[in-house]
Parts: sequence; structure tokens; C-alpha cells
Amino acid sequence: MLEVKNLVKKYSDKYAVDDISFFIKDGEIVGFLGPNGAGKTTTMNILTGYLSATSGNVLVDGVDISEKPLAVKKNIGFLPETPPLYMDMTVYEYLTFVYELKGCDFNKEKHLREVCDTVKIYEVKDRLIRNLSKGYKQRVGIASAIIGNPKFIIFDEPTVGLDPKQIIEVRNLIRTLGKSHTVILSSHILSEVQAICDRILIINEGRIIADEKTSNLASALGQAIKIKVKVSGPQKEVAGLLRGLPGVTKVQEVGVKEGDAFSFYVEASNGIDIRKPMFKALAAKGWPIMGLENTDGELEEVFVRLIDKDTKGGK
Amino acid sequence: MVAIYKREMRSYFTTWTGYIFLAVAICLSAFIFAMSTLLNGNGTSDTSGYFSIMIYGMVFFLPILTMKSFSEEKKLKTEQLLMTAPISSWQMVLGKYLSALTMLGIYLVASLLFFIPLFDYAVVDTINGYGPNVALMIGNLFALLLVGACFIAIGIFISSLTENQFASIVLTILILLAFLLVSSFNSLIENETVRVILDWFSLYARYENFTYGVFDISALLYYISLAGVFVFLTTRVFEARRYN
Repeated sequence: MLEVKNLVKKYSDKYAVDDISFFIKDGEIVGFLGPNGAGKTTTMNILTGYLSATSGNVLVDGVDISEKPLAVKKNIGFLPETPPLYMDMTVYEYLTFVYELKGCDFNKEKHLREVCDTVKIYEVKDRLIRNLSKGYKQRVGIASAIIGNPKFIIFDEPTVGLDPKQIIEVRNLIRTLGKSHTVILSSHILSEVQAICDRILIINEGRIIADEKTSNLASALGQAIKIKVKVSGPQKEVAGLLRGLPGVTKVQEVGVKEGDAFSFYVEASNGIDIRKPMFKALAAKGWPIMGLENTDGELEEVFVRLIDKDTKGGK
Repeated sequence: MVAIYKREMRSYFTTWTGYIFLAVAICLSAFIFAMSTLLNGNGTSDTSGYFSIMIYGMVFFLPILTMKSFSEEKKLKTEQLLMTAPISSWQMVLGKYLSALTMLGIYLVASLLFFIPLFDYAVVDTINGYGPNVALMIGNLFALLLVGACFIAIGIFISSLTENQFASIVLTILILLAFLLVSSFNSLIENETVRVILDWFSLYARYENFTYGVFDISALLYYISLAGVFVFLTTRVFEARRYN
């Protein structure tokens, strides 16, 4: 587990991190979400021992990083925002260097092969890093973070600058790593954190303003869950059925007909997930669901509102 | 430390740095050697002239080795890897330092070639009645190594302060020159205290003894501690950076 207690980082007269505390259990995938300049990178740099805190503690499995930095660093793999790659080395030379730098004590060939296979870079292992695409460079960066099999892996903005296909690959990779490691990642994209993480810490102006499980973030933030559903069936009756479901507060007909299907916005009161009862009710009537989507855009707005509120309230 | 040492050594020979260093160092010193011994008019085997000029020669080519040391790591953000790896600042700095020192060693060994012609072609020292003084040469080469070890420590320290390689090399050359010139101006200073303090920075005064063939144990300790001080200061730069 990783415990952060009253962490403060002050640059001359500005607080980059202003008294934050949180606790991360083993096996969690936790996302740090916040606008640029919120203090995400600073926090990660302190967690990895790159920077020292002005005050407060970082405890990794009970050991304080400021007291035993080398022991703690052995347990942490880090991918900074810019992957720290030596352009004049081949992928394999670089990974060998990182392996030796971390003082690992495995079967080197086997371990590096496993790492290469995990991040799918074995086929480029003999190429110069300079000549790799950005997506591959990112994967080599991830490989260097997981060498030595650290218990915690910290990713700072792991998908910035990648194309959509690479973004999906990197997200999947992080989810896979999350099965065997405790992962902390930072991002300024809400949907990304939602897609990967179990839990989200929202950070703004150096303070944590929300700490919630991803699944109930919207409801916890006081926002009704709003779903767009497309149903093949008679419009009026479907709307009536949906209105009758427990927890549903509002059903709005979108009014667009596609084939024999109609779309509806369905809102439910806080914390209630109506997708399952909705499916069962519609199935019982024989009206198939043709489409179902969470209105993520709404959540994006919640995030912005939350940050605005915090910024104004904090001053 | 070994990992960093190996990477640096590799990097000297996969980028141009190592080759440029060896080319510049060997050409420059070969020229100085030829002019100060065989071609100086009387074909002497006395190498003291060569060694006293070489301390200035090193000012211009040793910074090639150290200009990138930490500047480039900072620029490419690879220092983040080193500073979050389970190694101490000492290991990080010493890995770099020893690799540059190894390059200096390679150069000094290569420069042994210059001395071979002396044994064949130089006029035998008529005053003392013997040829090239091998012990004196070895002592002088050792002195060059010591002075070079200080220059490298200073160069690495300066490269840890900037991410600009050009600034790093220029600043290093200027500071090394200042170190050497201190001794020239030192004798002009009236104030005893200032003179004693400046004497502490005087690399050249201690080197001179070696060129006369005197093995000076206090000079040996001086050079080792001066290099140590700058290696230490470099580790402090990184520790301080964690707090800024």
C-alpha cells in the first residue's frame, strides 16, 4: 500500500501541492485527474523520489521514501511524461541498461523477454530508439518502468501525443498491468481515467477535491446518471415503460426514428444504475435495445464545474 | 554505478564525442610534442616543455568529454530515469566521472607513442650524459592524469548546472583557465591571506614540481581532494534539485 500524508510542495511562494493525503491499496488502479498545472506531475515526482516534498510523508508499505529512498525506489516503476529514453541506444541495449541500473537479480534474458512480450516490442528490440515511432517509444518507456517487476507503477500522462490507435493500445496495456501491479496514472482526460481506473482522485490547484470510485463518480458528484437508449418498439409505450422503472426521474424522447427504433434520454436519481432493470423490462416486452450509451459529455461538464467551483470557492 | 559507467563508455563510442575527443587530444598533443622536443631546434629529449604546455592543452580538449555528461541528461529528461532509479547520487556521478577518467586514460596511453621517436632520434642530453628520462616521463604522465582528474570533476560539475552543452564547454574552459592563471597572478598579490587562499586553487603551481621530476605527495593529495570536492558538489547539485 501507498500512503501519502499531508504532502506539501512549495516553490518559492506558490504551493504546487497543498497538503494532500490519500491512501492506495494494493492492486488498485488509481487515476489522478486534473487540469494542466493542477499538481499531478509534482505529486508523481514526489511519489517516485524525483523531487523531495517541502513537508509531509510518502510511505510505501510503511517505509518513508525520504528515509530509505533506495529501498522504496526499488518498488516503484515510473514512466514520466516524456519517456526517459537514450536515443543512441537500441531498444534491447536500453532495457539491459535499465535492468542493470535497477540492480535487478532475475534471469536477465528471460526477464527482458517477458517485459518485451508484455509491451509487445520484441520485434523492434534491435532498432535504435531514435528511429522508433512515438507509440513504440512510449512502449519502451513503459517497458523500462516495469523492469524489475516493481509493485507500484506510476504513469504520468501516458497517452499524451499518441494517435487514437496507440492510445487504445496503451490503455489496454495499462489495464493488463493493473491485474498484477498497483497502478497510479495521471491524466487530464476524464474519459481516459474512467476507462482505465477503479478509483479517481481529482486534483486542482494542489488539493484533492474529490476521491471516488469510478463507477459512482457521477452520482457522488451529485449528478444524475443520464443514459441515451435506442429501442426498437412503439415510441409512446416504450417511453411509458421507461418512466415506470424504479428510480427513473425523467424520460425524454429524442424523437428521431431510425428504422423502427426510437431514442430516449433516461435520467435516474443519484446512485441508481437503471441499465439492468431497463434491459429486463424491455426484454420482457420483446422490444430489443438497439443502442445504449452513457452520456460522458455530461460528466466532462461536471468535472469542469467541480473545478470551477473549487477554484472560486478556494479563493 | 557500473551500469552508468558502461552506458557512458558505450555512448562515447556510438556518438561522435569519444572520437572527437581522441582526435583533438591526440592531434593537439602530437603537435605540441613535436614542436617542444624534436623540432625545437636542438632535437632535445627533454620533455618538461611538453608537459608544462600540455596542462593548458588539456583545458581545451578535456571539456569535450564532460560537456554532455549531465547537460544532455537534463535536456532529454533522461535524468529522471537516473534520479528515480534505486541508486544514490554518488553512484550516478561517479559512474559518469570514472567513464570520463577512463577516456583520459585511453588518451594518455595512446600518447605514449609520441615518446618512442625520442629514443631513436633525440640528441642525447649532453649535460647529464643520458637519453630520455623514462622515470621522469612516467611521473609527468601521472601528473597529467591527476590534473586531468580535477579538470574532469570540474567539467562534470559545470555540466550538471546547465542543459546547454555549448554553455557547458565554454564555461568549463573559462573556469579551468582561471584556475591555471591564478598561480601566475598569485605572486603579484601583496596580501598574505589572499595569497594563501588563492594558492588553494592553484593547480599549476603543484603541477610544476612534477615537470621538474619531483614526486610531490602533498600535490597528489591536493589533486585527489580537489577532484573529490567537485564530485561531491555535483552530487549536491542533484540533491538540491530535488528540493527546488
